[in-house]
Amino acid sequence: MATIKTHSNRRSFLKLSAAGGAGLMLQFSWFSGLAKNNPNADAAYDLNGYIKIGTDGTVTIASPNPEVGQNVKTSMPMIVAEELDVNWKNVKVVQAPLNTDIFTRQIAGGSRSINESWDALRMAGATARHMLVQAAADAWKVPASEITLDSGVISHTASGKKAEFGEMASAASKIEVPKEVEVKNIEDFKIIRHSQRNVDGPDIVTGKAIYGLDVYGDDMVFASIVHPPAFGMKLSSFDAKEALSMKGIYDVFTIQPYPEDFERGRFDVSAFPELIVITGDSTWRIFKAKKTIKVEWTPFDSHEVKFEGEDASDHKVPSGKENTDDHYAEMLKKSKENAKEVRKDGNPENAFSNAAKVIERSYTAPYLAHSALEPLTFYANVTADKAELIGSIQTPEYMEQSVARRLGMSLDQVDIQMTRIGGGFGRKLFGHYLLEAAVISQKIKKPVKLIYTREDDMTFGAYRPTYHAYYRAALDENNKLIAFHVKTGGIPESPLFANRFPAGTVDNYLAEEWAIESNITTAAFRAPRSNFMGAVEQAFLDEVAELAGKDPIEFRLELFERAIENPVGEKNDYDAERYAGVLKLVREKSNWVTPEPSTGRGVAAYFCHDSYVASVIDLKMEDGKPIISKVLCAVDCGIVVNPVAASNMVEGGSVDGIGHALYTILTLKDGMPQQHNYNDYHLIRNYDAPRDVEVHFVESDIHPTGLGEPPYAPAIGALANALYNATGKRYYNQPFMIDVEEKYLQKEETV
Amino acid sequence: MALFDINVNGQTHQVDVDSDTPILWVLRDNLKLLGTKFGCGIAHCGVCTIHLDGDAVRSCSYPISAVENKKIVTIEGLSENGDHPVQKAWIEHDVPQCGYCQAGQIMTASSLLAQNSNPTDDEIRRAMNGNLCRCATYTRINRAIKTASKEM
Repeated sequence: MATIKTHSNRRSFLKLSAAGGAGLMLQFSWFSGLAKNNPNADAAYDLNGYIKIGTDGTVTIASPNPEVGQNVKTSMPMIVAEELDVNWKNVKVVQAPLNTDIFTRQIAGGSRSINESWDALRMAGATARHMLVQAAADAWKVPASEITLDSGVISHTASGKKAEFGEMASAASKIEVPKEVEVKNIEDFKIIRHSQRNVDGPDIVTGKAIYGLDVYGDDMVFASIVHPPAFGMKLSSFDAKEALSMKGIYDVFTIQPYPEDFERGRFDVSAFPELIVITGDSTWRIFKAKKTIKVEWTPFDSHEVKFEGEDASDHKVPSGKENTDDHYAEMLKKSKENAKEVRKDGNPENAFSNAAKVIERSYTAPYLAHSALEPLTFYANVTADKAELIGSIQTPEYMEQSVARRLGMSLDQVDIQMTRIGGGFGRKLFGHYLLEAAVISQKIKKPVKLIYTREDDMTFGAYRPTYHAYYRAALDENNKLIAFHVKTGGIPESPLFANRFPAGTVDNYLAEEWAIESNITTAAFRAPRSNFMGAVEQAFLDEVAELAGKDPIEFRLELFERAIENPVGEKNDYDAERYAGVLKLVREKSNWVTPEPSTGRGVAAYFCHDSYVASVIDLKMEDGKPIISKVLCAVDCGIVVNPVAASNMVEGGSVDGIGHALYTILTLKDGMPQQHNYNDYHLIRNYDAPRDVEVHFVESDIHPTGLGEPPYAPAIGALANALYNATGKRYYNQPFMIDVEEKYLQKEETV
Repeated sequence: MALFDINVNGQTHQVDVDSDTPILWVLRDNLKLLGTKFGCGIAHCGVCTIHLDGDAVRSCSYPISAVENKKIVTIEGLSENGDHPVQKAWIEHDVPQCGYCQAGQIMTASSLLAQNSNPTDDEIRRAMNGNLCRCATYTRINRAIKTASKEM
C-alpha cells in the first residue's frame, strides 16, 4: 500500500483530503434531507464529509460534484467506496450540498471532476476505513495491524472476532482522524475499473429523477423573461396591459440582473442589462401572456462591463447590430493581416521560401447554441435572511459568490442545492438564470421558479464562438515536414493552443492569433477552443500527409517519433508517447491500411483535457449525406474508473462532435439570432447518427484525466477526412452539410 | 377556465385549467407528474412524449380539450415496478447520460414495440428520429430497443 499524508493543518486537511476532522462535527444539509427519507437516520454516523454509516450497516456516500450527464454521481462515490472497502451493492449515493470547506472544486467543467478529486476521494474512503479498523482494535483490544477488512466486514483472525461496519460506526466516528493513511495498490481495486451502472438509472427510466425544472416549492410563483430580440439592444419601454388582463398573471416588471456597477464573477455572462419579468400561477399562462407584451427596444452605446479582480477595460462591449455575413468577412480580413506572434521556433519564413512544396488552407466554424434539452431554469426562495436556490448549475461555487454579492448577503446565507442537470455542455457554467431567479424572488418576496422557453434559451447568447484558422505547411524534397504555420482567431476570442502538437515536432514553427470584439456573448462549449482547433488541425494534417505521399497515421507517428527523441522547444503541452499510443491502438483495432479512394475512411487524433483520443470513421454517401457505419475510438485517459460510463462519454462526445460539424449553425442578422427552436436549429438526430461507436481504452496506471470533452474534436477531424476519402472533396467550413462558402463567404471581395 | 376530466395512468383527475393548456403542463403543474419533460414546446424534441390511447404523442402540443375520454399513460405509469422490457433494457445498456430526454425516448420506444414487436434497425431509427438526445446516446438507445424487442 502507498502511504499518503492527510495534512496536519485542519483547514488544508479538509480541503485536500476532504476527510472530516472531528467525526460528528461535520453535519450537512444532505443529512437532514436524508433524515426525512430514512427513519433510522439518527442511528447513523458521519465519518467525514463523504461517508455516513448507519448502525444497520447502510453506507451512504455523498457525491460532491454537479451531475450533468458525465456520470460522476456514480464514479466519484465508487472511488470512495473502493478505499473504504465496502461492497458497492450496499452503498447508497446522495448528491452532496455545496460546501467548499469540505469538498474539492464542486464544478462540472473542464473535464476535471475525477482528475482533480481523485486523491481527495481516495483519502475520504481510506481515512474512514482506518477509523473503522481502529474502532474494532480498541473494542477487541487487539493491534489494528492484525485487523483485516473486506467488503464491509471487519475481522481479526487470531481471536476469530468479526464485525459489520454498522457495529463499529458509532465508535469509529469518535476516532481521531489519522495523520496519514494508506491507500490501495491499483492492482487491488475491486470497484474502480469494474463497470458499475448509473446509480440514478432506475430513477431516470421511471421518471423519478429530479432536474432543475422539476423543483416545485410551496406557494411558488412561476416566472419567465422577455429579453431583447437582438444583441446590441436594450429595453426602452413596454406595455403589458393585455398580459396583465389575462387569467393567472400576477405582474410584469423589470429587473437588472447585473447592474452597471456590479462586479461580475467569471461566469456572470449576460448580454442584456435589463430584462422584463412576467409572473403568474402556471407555466403555460406566463408563456402565453408574455407574447402579448409590446416592447420598444433601442440600440445601446458601447460600454464596459466590470469583472471582479480584473481590469474592467478588458471587457468592452461594442455597440451595433451584427451580421453573420460581416463576421465571416471580418475574420477573412483579419486572417490576412499581421497577427500576434505567440510561439516561434527556428526560422519559418526561410523554411517556407526554400521548401519543395507548400500547402495552405483555411477553415471556419460558426456560432453554436449549447441548447441543452432542459432549458435554463432555476428555483429561488429568498427571504430577509436566507437565499435557498435549487436547480441545474455546473458552477455552484462561483454562483454562490455572485448571488451573495448581488443580494447583499453573506456566503453563509446563500444555500445552493444541486439537482441532476438536464444537459449543460458548458452553458450551465454561466449561471445568470440562477441569479435572475434570486433577484426576482427577493423583489417579490416569494419563492419563484424562473423558466426560459426554448426560444429564450436559444436566443439569449453565451454561444460557442465563431472561429477561423489559416494553416500553412512546408515539405522538403524528401517530403519531410520542415515548417508549420498556424494563424487563427475568432469572435471574440482566439482558439489557439500554441504549445500543442504539432509544436515540438517541426524545426520551424509559427503560431499567431487575433481576435475581433463583439457584443454577441460567448461561453465555454464542450472542449472550448479545442473543439475547433483539434478538428481543423487534424483535417489539415491529412492534406499535408497526402501531399507528402504518406499514410496519415504513419505521417503523424513520424512526427511523434521526432517529439519523443528530440523535441523542438522547451514547452510542449503533450506526452508524445501517449499521443502515439492511441494512434497505434486505433490502427490496430481498425485494421488500418492506407485507405483506397472512395472507401470513406478517415483518421484523427487529439490531445486535450489531459487525455488522448484517436478516432477512425467509416462512412458512405447516400443522397449527398454521410451514413456513418462506424466510429472507432482509442482513448488514453489514465485509469478508467467506470468503463461502462467512460465508454458512454466517448460514444456521446464523438456523436456530438460529428452532429455539430455536419449540421449545426447559429447565424445572426441585424443582431438577431436566426434560429429559435429545434425546427430551424438542426441538431443530429437518431437517423443520421453513427450506426456504431466502438471504444477502446489504453490500459494505464496513470492518474485519471478528462473524458467528457477529449473525444469531441478528433471525431470531427476523422469525419472531415473520411468525407474527403468518400467524395474527393475537402470540407473546410462547418457545418459540412451547408454550403457556408456560397452562403456566407462570398462577401470577401467587398471588404 | 374550465373543468376537465382526464384519465392518467388509470386514474381519473379533474383539473380546472384553460382549454388550450397543453397536456404537458397539466401533468407537470397540476398533477405534479414530473417525469414528462419540457424541451421545445413545438413537438420537435420529443422529451414530452406520452401515450394517448397507446400512441406516442408530444404532450407539449396537445391541448387538454382534445384528450377527454382518452387514456393517457406517462413514464410514471408505463409499468408498475419500472420493469417494462424497455425500461429494463435501458438499465442493462446503461443508456442515460444526463437522462433528461430518456423518459420521452422510452415512451416512443415502448409505443413502437407495442405496434411492431420486432422492428428492423431502419424502422427503429425512423421511429426514434423525433426524439432528440443532446448527449447523443443514440447508439445505446437503438441497442436497448433491440434487446427489449426480444422480450416483447
